[in-house]
Amino acid sequence: MTLPADYLTYPYRRPGMDHDRYPFSNLFTRKPVQWPGGARVAVWIMPALEFFPLDMTGKPFMAPGGMGRGSPDYWNYTLRDYGNRVGVFRICRALDERGLKASVAVSSRLAERHPFLVDEVTRRGWEVVAHGVDMGRLHHGGQPIEEERGLVREALTTLRKISGQPVTGWLSPAYSESMNTLDLVGAEGVQYVCDWVMDDLPVPLRTAGGEIHALPHAWETSDLQLILNYRHDASEFAKQVCDYFDVLYREAAQVGGRILALSVRPWLMGVPHRIQAFERVLDHVTRHAGVWSATGAEILEAFRAQK
Amino acid sequence: MAKTDPGLYDYFPYLDRPKIVWPGGARLAFWCAPNIEFYELTPPPNPERAAWPRPVPDVLNYAWRDYGNRAGVWRMMETMDRHGVRGSVSLNVALCDHFPDIIAACVERQWELFSHGIYNTRYTYGMDEDQERAMIRDVKATIKKHSGQDLAGWLAPALTNTDNTIRLLAEEGVRYTLDLFHDDQPLPVRVPRGRLISLPYSLEINDFTVLHQGTATPRQYVEMVRAQFDRLYAEGARSGTVLCLPLHPFLIGQPHRIDALGEMLAHITGHAGVWVTTAREIADHFYAHYYDEFAAAIAVWRGGAR
Repeated sequence: MTLPADYLTYPYRRPGMDHDRYPFSNLFTRKPVQWPGGARVAVWIMPALEFFPLDMTGKPFMAPGGMGRGSPDYWNYTLRDYGNRVGVFRICRALDERGLKASVAVSSRLAERHPFLVDEVTRRGWEVVAHGVDMGRLHHGGQPIEEERGLVREALTTLRKISGQPVTGWLSPAYSESMNTLDLVGAEGVQYVCDWVMDDLPVPLRTAGGEIHALPHAWETSDLQLILNYRHDASEFAKQVCDYFDVLYREAAQVGGRILALSVRPWLMGVPHRIQAFERVLDHVTRHAGVWSATGAEILEAFRAQK
Repeated sequence: MAKTDPGLYDYFPYLDRPKIVWPGGARLAFWCAPNIEFYELTPPPNPERAAWPRPVPDVLNYAWRDYGNRAGVWRMMETMDRHGVRGSVSLNVALCDHFPDIIAACVERQWELFSHGIYNTRYTYGMDEDQERAMIRDVKATIKKHSGQDLAGWLAPALTNTDNTIRLLAEEGVRYTLDLFHDDQPLPVRVPRGRLISLPYSLEINDFTVLHQGTATPRQYVEMVRAQFDRLYAEGARSGTVLCLPLHPFLIGQPHRIDALGEMLAHITGHAGVWVTTAREIADHFYAHYYDEFAAAIAVWRGGAR
């Protein structure tokens, strides 16, 4: 057997990355970041309100939590829907009781179906983040650009109209992008994206229409990874997220402000047997001095003001 | 041609073996293997294996790997420094070109660099002999150029091998392979020309197989490593053993896991009679003192019985 000759040629083997979206950078040698009020850790809580249509196709892959059984898959449809009917209000109450704010990622079709949920976000002064059209409409490599542009515009137009907010944050369904996604969302006024999880601080990203940022949305400490994928129980989730906070808090004393991203889905974290673990995390975090509860847009604004 | 056995080593039971004593009278040699890796955003396809689980660009998985190089590896270095542990780096050598800062930090710490191929998204599967030899020579030249070190060890990129790999490594002067998991001690490997040994790496206490594939919690992982150490340490009184701790910066270097590494290293380095070393030094010691004795002891078992 022989491989094609280009398998042993390396066109991007050069200093820096193998793409031009962002340069290499060591997290520990950057200019220290200062948060408002001298806070050590910005706490960015991001529940995702997701619509999983019963007829999602699983193409080119099924988003985690999607319809994985025979049709009609009432099992998965209703478990996801539970989050938007029941779980979300447990999450909201936990945050309200502690005076914490959130950036809430919303599928635009969910906003159309239940504008009431968007009102629950905006009346609290929280931020609406665009989370695509729905969980069955993925952005992915090989997708025709006009099709993807349509998804971006539909999501942003709908969410801006219903929320009355500028909607400048973007989380792709299943964190999935094509080569064009950054350029497309940047062209529509998005200032930050949450799919690029390569850092603990904001990272400037180059797009065709100018600079936007990647904000360090959690992946490894999300409920999706720890609970859905790794099957850890709620108390383990709480321990690991508290450890995550403790290390960032310790580092912040030496090398400047850090961001704790708390990525949760009401269909996972909002169930009765897990909500207490979520509350334990919030209590652990808020017990510390120098913690700043902020939205993604506020974190980005503070970060950019220092450049 | 189909084979029922790799044909790379003889049966040699873990009974009545020659007694290995590590330098300083140590009974256990401990080495730590950070896998410092570069996964390409748009790798060429390999006929045997897809590079990414999702359509390219797999932004989530790419960025998660990249976290290791921007954040995780620096946390690992700080923790390892604190416990006096040098790394033996399983290196995708293209990283020398991409991120010379990381290589400089390894060299400054006198860490060993060994081969994990060019990129972790370029597999050996399907290479002919000339292609594979070209890859090995590229690795040797790249490591020499960026660190001054002579390549001693090989862990195939993403653990992908061909039937030729082991023979070619010996021909190209590589001294140890890490792709064989049949033992807890170094052992000679059967090659037609030259000499090669296998060193114990680990897929049992590797953060990728434990934390990711095995979905263990950080606390469970610490307990596994302690148990692995405690037993090998006890057995090392009869004949010296090797404990390898293979790690990945994108996994163990996450904030919620880094203190688990500190606990493991504190436990291991807190014992007397532990030689905290590198893979190259273990191989050198074995070649100098035990290769011939082990080869003779193994020969007694040829044919399946003593």
